[in-house]
Amino acid sequence: MSAADPKTLAERSEEIYRDYEFTTVRRWKERTGGLAIGYMPIYVPRELLHAQGCLPVGILGGGDDLEIIRGDAFYQSYICHIPRSTIELGLNGSLDCLDGMLFPAICDVIRNLSGIWKLKFPDKLSRYLDVPQVFEPELGGMFYRHELEELASELERRGAKPLEPEALRESIRVFNENRALVREVYDLRIREPWKVPSAELYVLMRAGLVLPVEEFTAMLREYLDGVRADEDRKPMDQARILLTGSFCEQPPLGLIKTLERAGCYIVDDDLVQIHRWLLHDIPEDGDPMDRLVQAFLDDSMESPTRYIDERGKGKELVERVEGSRAEGVIFCAPSFCDPALLDQPMVVKAVEKAGIPWTAFKYAENNGQFQVIREQAGTFADSIKLWSGV
Amino acid sequence: MNKKEESKAAQKDSSQIRQKNMIAAHYSRLARAPETGEKCAYTFVPGNLTELLRSFDLLPVLPEINALQSAMRGKSRDYIRLAEKAGHSEDVCTYVKCDLGMMESGNIGPTGERLPDPDLLLLSYTGCFTFMKWFEILREEYDAPVAMLHVPYQGDGEITDSMRKYVVDQLRNKVIPAMEKVSGRAYDEDRLKEELARSAKAEDDLVAVLESARNKPSPIDAYFGGVYYIGPIFTAFRGSEEAVGYYEALRAEIEERVRLGKGPITPDGEMGPEKYRIVVEGPPNWTSFREFWRMFAEEGAVVVASSYTKVGGVYDNGFRHDPSRPLETLAEYCMGCYTNLNLPSRVDMLVRYVEEYEADGLLINSIKSCNSFSAGQLMMLREVENRTGKPGGFIESDLVDPRYFSAANIKNRLESYFQMIEQKRAGVAARGA
Amino acid sequence: MTSLRYFVGIDLGSTTTKSVVLDEEGRILGRGITNSRSNYEVACEVASGEALIDARFGLIERDLKGRGVGEEECGRLLKALELRFREKQYRAQLDNLCVTIRKILDERKEDPAVVLAADTVLSTMNEEVSELYAEGSSRKSDFFRDLAGSRYLSLAESEARGRGVPYDLLVGLYDKAILEVENMPAAEDAFAAHASAALADLEGAPEALGDAIAAVRELEMIEGGSVGTGYGRQTLPFPKESIRSEILCHGLGAHAMFPGTRTVLDIGGQDTKAIQVDENGIVTSFQMNDRCAAGCGRYLGYIADEMNLGLHELGPLACESNRPVKINSTCTVFAGAELRERLSLGEKREDILAGLHRAIILRAMSLLARSGGIEDEFTFTGGVAKNEAAVNALRELVRENYGDKTINISPDSIYTGALGAALFCWRDHRRTRAA
Repeated sequence: MSAADPKTLAERSEEIYRDYEFTTVRRWKERTGGLAIGYMPIYVPRELLHAQGCLPVGILGGGDDLEIIRGDAFYQSYICHIPRSTIELGLNGSLDCLDGMLFPAICDVIRNLSGIWKLKFPDKLSRYLDVPQVFEPELGGMFYRHELEELASELERRGAKPLEPEALRESIRVFNENRALVREVYDLRIREPWKVPSAELYVLMRAGLVLPVEEFTAMLREYLDGVRADEDRKPMDQARILLTGSFCEQPPLGLIKTLERAGCYIVDDDLVQIHRWLLHDIPEDGDPMDRLVQAFLDDSMESPTRYIDERGKGKELVERVEGSRAEGVIFCAPSFCDPALLDQPMVVKAVEKAGIPWTAFKYAENNGQFQVIREQAGTFADSIKLWSGV
Repeated sequence: MNKKEESKAAQKDSSQIRQKNMIAAHYSRLARAPETGEKCAYTFVPGNLTELLRSFDLLPVLPEINALQSAMRGKSRDYIRLAEKAGHSEDVCTYVKCDLGMMESGNIGPTGERLPDPDLLLLSYTGCFTFMKWFEILREEYDAPVAMLHVPYQGDGEITDSMRKYVVDQLRNKVIPAMEKVSGRAYDEDRLKEELARSAKAEDDLVAVLESARNKPSPIDAYFGGVYYIGPIFTAFRGSEEAVGYYEALRAEIEERVRLGKGPITPDGEMGPEKYRIVVEGPPNWTSFREFWRMFAEEGAVVVASSYTKVGGVYDNGFRHDPSRPLETLAEYCMGCYTNLNLPSRVDMLVRYVEEYEADGLLINSIKSCNSFSAGQLMMLREVENRTGKPGGFIESDLVDPRYFSAANIKNRLESYFQMIEQKRAGVAARGA
Repeated sequence: MTSLRYFVGIDLGSTTTKSVVLDEEGRILGRGITNSRSNYEVACEVASGEALIDARFGLIERDLKGRGVGEEECGRLLKALELRFREKQYRAQLDNLCVTIRKILDERKEDPAVVLAADTVLSTMNEEVSELYAEGSSRKSDFFRDLAGSRYLSLAESEARGRGVPYDLLVGLYDKAILEVENMPAAEDAFAAHASAALADLEGAPEALGDAIAAVRELEMIEGGSVGTGYGRQTLPFPKESIRSEILCHGLGAHAMFPGTRTVLDIGGQDTKAIQVDENGIVTSFQMNDRCAAGCGRYLGYIADEMNLGLHELGPLACESNRPVKINSTCTVFAGAELRERLSLGEKREDILAGLHRAIILRAMSLLARSGGIEDEFTFTGGVAKNEAAVNALRELVRENYGDKTINISPDSIYTGALGAALFCWRDHRRTRAA
């Protein structure tokens, strides 16, 4: 078996993403002496961290095999699961290798988690990263630029390299290269979903949150080569669906596998969203800081966490359904996820208006049973195939 | 003596009746708006820009207040059910669902009159993520223009120049032009300054009323009673002459209670002797508001300070609206609202309350609907306990969803909490002897 | 006639009502327990009555020792006496049951076949009493409802089949009658009557026993006060000042049983409590589960139903597991579905059960963390403390997360709340007397 065997790569990725010891991060720190900075969903400017010699580490909760002992003590039963497992990781020492945590503006729970972090881990960098909800460059742009500059100086105070424009330009280039490959994998999944099983793609992307971007880029290349060479992956009669609502707390891997086994090809999704948050490359010319800011303002994905003005809710999702040639939408949100669940009725309306079939269910990252979901998704897939056959 | 009692009871009534009349007049003005041609703006309590709206003669409508009024009138259960039937999740904020249900049922306000559709949705996105979603939903329903004001969160516990500039620039370049367009009037800064000067005056009196709870016994309940005291200044009246008059009268009334050494008055009459002094964090439950209050009053528990009475503005830290810097002061007001403070600042505030008001401890009413308040409260409780050495209590309910008010459960915990305080006191006394 | 002043604590729980009786020195005289029922007043009365009977047995023991009877002999005599006593008690209640059922049959003018079936069942039950209380016998429960009920139902089943009488009808009859029977308080002189009858049954009993019984029988028990607590305490038949929070009672009760206690965990049917107490047993912090009953004793009840097992069988079965499965949800609503799915995946019952027990304890661990963690010594109370699998999971998780701690579990842990209430009552009494 060659090293480029996609299955092997996926297995390695799964190991990396399930590793609560963050071995790859620890190794990177030993090697480079740089700062490792954790971040919560959805978006942080990784280019900036990279330019200052830091390793951005995506923390998307504790998944389905972390036992929650102390984390539950912080949250009432009506609050989603991701902050519990994140605190658990913090308190059980898993995140000791991180020199700081960033909490982007996504919802009130993650926002308040930034305060808990400040109280619980007073020696570490912990920063709420406010992102603008007003997208004029002279308003939101100015504010955001200032937020980033403050972040950069705080990183510098903690021992990171000062932010140099040319380094930032180079980091933008490195991430552009990575983004291009990410897009390629997702595009391949749209074209030939049997070649890129979603469970495989998912673990790959999760590993990409932890690995240095250069390693992740190499891994994506290897994966693409492997998949293209793999003749054994043949199409099956499955329904093409778009999965949405899972941008923060991630569903357990079992849920993704369940959907595939129930007869769905996930041809688009908002899992591990940061890799695809910016829709295009960031221009590598001009003032790199301006470019970084401008990209966030103008080129971000539509997300429930982001204010959508006159354009109207759900239009982008409908376009994504068309772009990915999905035959149906599954709204798959974590329980108690305010952004996803408050958004859903508006988006459902747009989806219905466009005549797209949809279904919905909720999960928690540590769900252990998928029987109900299997039945629901199976029925949904069957009904889609039935209708498309007519 | 008897006569004196009577006249004082009348005095108490006068401030309450006064507020009731103010609110009724406002609602009927709203109801007549479609005929009179007055324009209205829907907006939220935290970060409300009432003086600015008033300077354009725009009438504020506050969906949160409508929702809590619906709950107090026993309508929220049906409204919430309607919204859930329409596809809104059982997991999310019940203020939103109650509001949507009310809208679907004809948008009848608390006085039984129909509320006008919004001419402007003033989305002051302050301290609560849900606000943004709420008005995205309303915008689709009403097709009204939205003026988005993004108020940055005090993540590091302070207001930076960049944050202030961001808000002021938005006010100047987006919010004010939107108001000019809807109202057909030009921005009148002199008028805004007059409004702000009146705000500051009323705020002085409000703070005096809230701080009267330092007395023993406290003449007010700063949570259950407190929600009445903050009513006018948190809603449509900040900056108005009526508000100035109301707070003057209220302050005089409370000062008289202090002089007479009286405790708070509750809906069931004068409270018995003050046995426990409590600081409360979190909004009240509105569906069983009186029953909830009674659970405290019957045990002799008085709330001497609360964070809920700071959601529409924190004034007891010295902040006042400053007419000499009209837009800057509005920006600082917005960013200073309680739910826009980070957790360490909230903990500091609660610790200060427990200490300065010589309270027996902190009680948290954790609200299912409100993650902005609730996420992290268990940690806050421990922090305040550790720093004050006073016992903490924890109960759970909801804003306007009667399904989440379990009277027996709450009473059980409250009584345990009060008895725990008493027992601790007895223990300390016994050890001291 | 001599007299004795006693103090009662009552813990009115969702499934059982417990009572503890203290003497004037604050020492435990007796304990009593009964099923809670819709009529709280009767439940309290029955539990207290049982505690007083237990108290009198305790007094007989003291008296015997005072008369120079040795420890071992004393124990043997009391055991024999109590067995006979329980038999008399059972017979008395069975008589009540017969009378009540016949009354209902009369009122309904029931079909003779039904009457005959019921009569046969009841007379068989009467014949079986001696066997039920034979030397060396054991009974599944101490409650008349359970004991009589299980016999009645199994006899009724065969009668119904044999005589072509609807089984449901016979069951309904019992359900109606038992409510009435349970609500009949024992007669004033029941102790004296049963004790004398029991003594008469004991062949060759020493004279000392007769004397001790006579002395205790004559003793006038005077209630010095009572304090109530528990789940149903909003409607406890006590004045408000005689009601204490169950949290406080549990704290004080645990302190009384194990004076070194600093942290208490109580897992009952409806709720779970994590309590911190100081060196005097005064509560300093507490947490309870929220409105959903996930992770409480009731959850095990659902599981038992789902698996067609008795509640008491779950723990032992779970202990057989070598590979507990990982279960994250203790949601009672999902319990059934999760269980069925796992069974259908071929996972072993004992492994699933072990996982479920661990999941319950995990919930408790987070409440404990909320209340301030676990301090030495740690006392575990409530119905679930009797479940070995739960206790094992607790020990393991405590060790993993808090290191080595002394974990106290009393066989009488079910009486913790009632003991605390009784102590409050006793303390109040002393305080008022001192003042």
